[in-house]
Amino acid sequence: MSTASDQLPRWITLGVIPFLNLLAAFVVSGLVVLLIGEDPIEAVGILIWGAFGFGEGVGYTLYYTTNFVFTGLAFAVAFHCGLFNIGAEGQAYLGGLGAALVCLHLDFLPLPLIALLAIAAAALFGAGWAFVPGYLQAKRGSHIVITTIMFNFIASALMVYLLVNVMAPPGKMAPETRTFDESARLPFMHAALEWIGIDIPQSPLNLTFFLALLCCLLVWLLIWRTRLGYEIRTVGISPSAAAYAGISTARLTVIAMAISGALAGFLAVNEIMGVQHRLLLDFTAGYGFVGIAVALMGRSHPVGIFFAALLFGALYQGGAELSFEKPKITREMVVVIQGLVILFAGALEHMFRPQITALYHRLAPSPKPSEA
Amino acid sequence: MEALSFFALIVDSAIRLSVPLIFAALAGLYSERSGVFDIGLEGKMLAGAFAAGTVAALTGSPWVGLFGAIVISVVFAVVHGLASITYRGNQIVSGVAINIVAAGLTVLLGQTWFQQGGRTPQLPSEARFLPINLPFAETLAEVPIVGQIYSEVISGHNILVYIAIAAVFATHWVVYSSRFGLRLRAVGENPSAVDTAGISVVWLRYRAVIICGVLCGFAGAYLAIAQSAGFIKDMSAGKGFIALAALIFANWRPRAVLLTCLLFGFLDAVAIRLQGANVPGIGEVPVQFMQALPYILTVVLLAGFIGKATPPKAGGVPYVKER
Repeated sequence: MSTASDQLPRWITLGVIPFLNLLAAFVVSGLVVLLIGEDPIEAVGILIWGAFGFGEGVGYTLYYTTNFVFTGLAFAVAFHCGLFNIGAEGQAYLGGLGAALVCLHLDFLPLPLIALLAIAAAALFGAGWAFVPGYLQAKRGSHIVITTIMFNFIASALMVYLLVNVMAPPGKMAPETRTFDESARLPFMHAALEWIGIDIPQSPLNLTFFLALLCCLLVWLLIWRTRLGYEIRTVGISPSAAAYAGISTARLTVIAMAISGALAGFLAVNEIMGVQHRLLLDFTAGYGFVGIAVALMGRSHPVGIFFAALLFGALYQGGAELSFEKPKITREMVVVIQGLVILFAGALEHMFRPQITALYHRLAPSPKPSEA
Repeated sequence: MEALSFFALIVDSAIRLSVPLIFAALAGLYSERSGVFDIGLEGKMLAGAFAAGTVAALTGSPWVGLFGAIVISVVFAVVHGLASITYRGNQIVSGVAINIVAAGLTVLLGQTWFQQGGRTPQLPSEARFLPINLPFAETLAEVPIVGQIYSEVISGHNILVYIAIAAVFATHWVVYSSRFGLRLRAVGENPSAVDTAGISVVWLRYRAVIICGVLCGFAGAYLAIAQSAGFIKDMSAGKGFIALAALIFANWRPRAVLLTCLLFGFLDAVAIRLQGANVPGIGEVPVQFMQALPYILTVVLLAGFIGKATPPKAGGVPYVKER
């Protein structure tokens, strides 16, 4: 049986195989749609129209994309260091706490200053929550997958406690903080563009979108253009080679996890400061887990991650529209599609590889060593 | 007397709450001992619960419901096997995918078939596993302490509770005293040695993963048709992850799994009882703290501050035959 090390050109490994995996996920999703008695082709049409067909839809799509960019980048940075951070959910949750504390208690400051402080606080809290599993992995050898899972649940319990017992204003039943002052809210994109005379439809899309783009650029610079990034990749590819080169695996584990947690924390800037304007339960809503799929599909490269995030953002928004048009296809259909995409594009990514390799060698009998 | 019956009540509910953990943790034990990490226990349990609720509602028989739960859970387990054994994909990613698919599919199909917001129909009592009164429970209830414990703690559970306890000792025997168990442990520590001995690593791991599916089916059926009277959206509520924590805490050993699950079940039972109550000397213990305690304890254990967790050496690594 052929293995993953078979020589295939880049356009196949980065283009054809992910496409086939995605196609498989959508075919199975189509079967699920058939099973519940709807027309999959029509559903795809509604989904695409819902995501891109009208201005408001596009706004929503990009708003979801923003969340997925952050969690995708968060997973990717740790992954480059050979770490499996599946705790983005908890780290984003804590990031929300940081952002909310700034927005609630420092709202006498001017907005740009609050925004900077809130972004810093979200990063700091997210990084702090990722630091502990990172440190335990580095110094005590605790398996990072398990500790980050546990930290997700601990974060969830902590936040419920804080929201119910500490942060909810007296006399209010709902476990959420008071709404932030006008001065502590990030402007929506439609509001911001109106100031400079451009009119776009209203949507939750806000200025955090630019932070997401900036993070893509910064992560690219970090991983491929700095010494730290070089060290991170070295540890990720071969810890023993890194050790011989005098790179401290322990130090980089902690740093990579902290950066990863900070990126996850930014999700809270979009959700808490940009859209919800208050801290509430479960605002992370599974974005952290989908970030794994986003990073895997995007091959841990910021450009890939952006497009994978756009795909998932479109699925989210298109799915919402779909459940509106077709009440039989509930919101959970999107969850199923996400799961299937993670399954086929992530876990079963080598499924079509042997056939593709065989086909490629048959069609191109003397493949040259790839020069590109 | 008062204290004893209060204690008996708590232990009784601790047992009830620990049963799904026991099944799921044993499920994880088989899989992980063979070298296949499984963070998809949660999803398999949920899918099993949904299948049990649906099938029991349609057929009116708890046993057929249990069978349905096992079948569906095994299907998910085989998908995990395909991803992690045959196609050598990432086992963590596969587990995450299974959890997400199960969470979505159960509600989607439940809503389509029954239109009750993702629930399955309320089951009549003959379609559920009901408490069984062991012989003489009534008569012995009058006997102080021993009789009380017998009638309140040991008797009066449904059949799945007793099966769970039996499964622990059966697993202990299988893992440590059977030929399959020896090979199972070997394949999780050093698959190439097993391969050299002429035993199929792939088939051995598939069997482990299928047993994992069967036991998760039991866990799901317990949730939907023994503890409750039907499937409710997201009813596994993180139990698969607590079971995973229990498995690690028990150091992948069956009898320790039983004790750990009982401990975690006990914490849960106490958390429910203590809601808002004052503990002398400590004050009000937040219920969230009690709920988070299993996770905190597991992290502390993993950090090596109390004992040491030693996972199977080849866990999480797909096996590639030498070329």
